Amino acid sequence: MAEDSLTILGFWGSPFVLRVKWALELKGVQYQYVEEDFKNKSDMLLQYNPVYKKVPVLVHDGKSISESLVILEYIDEIWKQNPLLPHDPYERAKARFWAKFADEKCVPAFIATFSKIGEEQQEAAQEARENLKILESGLEGRRYFGGENIGFADIAVGFFGRWVRVVEETVGINLIDTESMAKLSTYFDDFLELPVIKECTPSHDKLLEHNKAFHKVLTSSST
Amino acid sequence: MATNDLKLLGGWFSPFAVRAQIALSIKGLDYENIVENLNSKSDLFLQSNPVYKKIPVLIHGDKAICESAIIVEYIDEVWKNNGTPSILPSNAYDRASARFWGAYIDDKLYNSLRNGLFAQDIESKKKHFEELAEVLLKLEDVLNKSSGGKDFFGGEKIGFVDIAFGCYLSWLRVKEKFTGEKAFDEAKTPSLVKWAEAFATDPAVKGILPETDKLVEYALAMAAAIPK
Repeated sequence: MAEDSLTILGFWGSPFVLRVKWALELKGVQYQYVEEDFKNKSDMLLQYNPVYKKVPVLVHDGKSISESLVILEYIDEIWKQNPLLPHDPYERAKARFWAKFADEKCVPAFIATFSKIGEEQQEAAQEARENLKILESGLEGRRYFGGENIGFADIAVGFFGRWVRVVEETVGINLIDTESMAKLSTYFDDFLELPVIKECTPSHDKLLEHNKAFHKVLTSSST
Repeated sequence: MATNDLKLLGGWFSPFAVRAQIALSIKGLDYENIVENLNSKSDLFLQSNPVYKKIPVLIHGDKAICESAIIVEYIDEVWKNNGTPSILPSNAYDRASARFWGAYIDDKLYNSLRNGLFAQDIESKKKHFEELAEVLLKLEDVLNKSSGGKDFFGGEKIGFVDIAFGCYLSWLRVKEKFTGEKAFDEAKTPSLVKWAEAFATDPAVKGILPETDKLVEYALAMAAAIPK
């Protein structure tokens, strides 16, 4: 179904923008995409996300929604095909819980592992590994967080499979341990291989190049 | 024993537990209120929230639901059709808006208030409370735009954003006691002044917000326990 009035304001390297793309692709909803330049934020971005001035922003019929998890819930409510959240309230609560856990516990640890050095970096990496192990328990032995098909929590955490491995390679620290987190490691690989996901996800190499450059800037400015 | 088989593991001082209590109250639900002693965590508590080990936890039968905003949504969904008002709006865009502002409050208001109250040096305190003042100005604007001239963010009745914000009221009163400045500036945030009164006296909220004096004592004890 063509949606002339649906636009994502995004950045190709942002995993949070990717969440929104994945959701729309999964539901077969067409959208426009506008690439933002952070050194020169567009009037549209400043108008539609005045509070945070960040991507992603979803603009639908002139109304804007910000914050990727809020956007996901909105998309799921407007386009009911291929539901992201399950029907049962308890399962919905669990899906929301893991998405929140990803953002509040996992992401900051990954960022710290990427941007810090020495003792602080090692501690952050340890925390990241512990949190990934906890995340693995959320799978509850299922194929995906959503069960047989991917759902809300998968869309929320799936990007770790690509981004965390890029962080690992950039800083030379192992985070997703294929031995102690075999299930989780396999899960991420399977998720990223799904055609609907693979088609719109930046490649490991492209992301690595981008992040290495960013890392160089980060670490050179801290000496 | 509560007929819905509901237990809330909470703490009278916790705005997040207050949030869950208000939601249960709005939906007219009986529950067993179990106040956790966080220094000696019960087995039930550790079993039901192994990930965060934090309150509140809602236990519904054999299911444990954690994180206050998630608990509120759960309550709203399970008891959708029991004849009591809905907590989230019915329109998808309004729901997105409510969730956005709920998350904003938990990020900006929580951090600036907490950091301001427990900051050790004057400069830090000032900075955090200035940030808090900005947040309140923003929420004044949101209230004016979303209330449609009625009492609450949710319109005629308390809604998701009212609960998300209102649960901090007692802590804002603690700040008032500590600083000698009104929680809500009457000139800059007149709508919030009216809203706070309406919220605190609403039947769904009565008896749930902790008394300011009791909370002041608690806050002082917390501050004293911070290593210098």
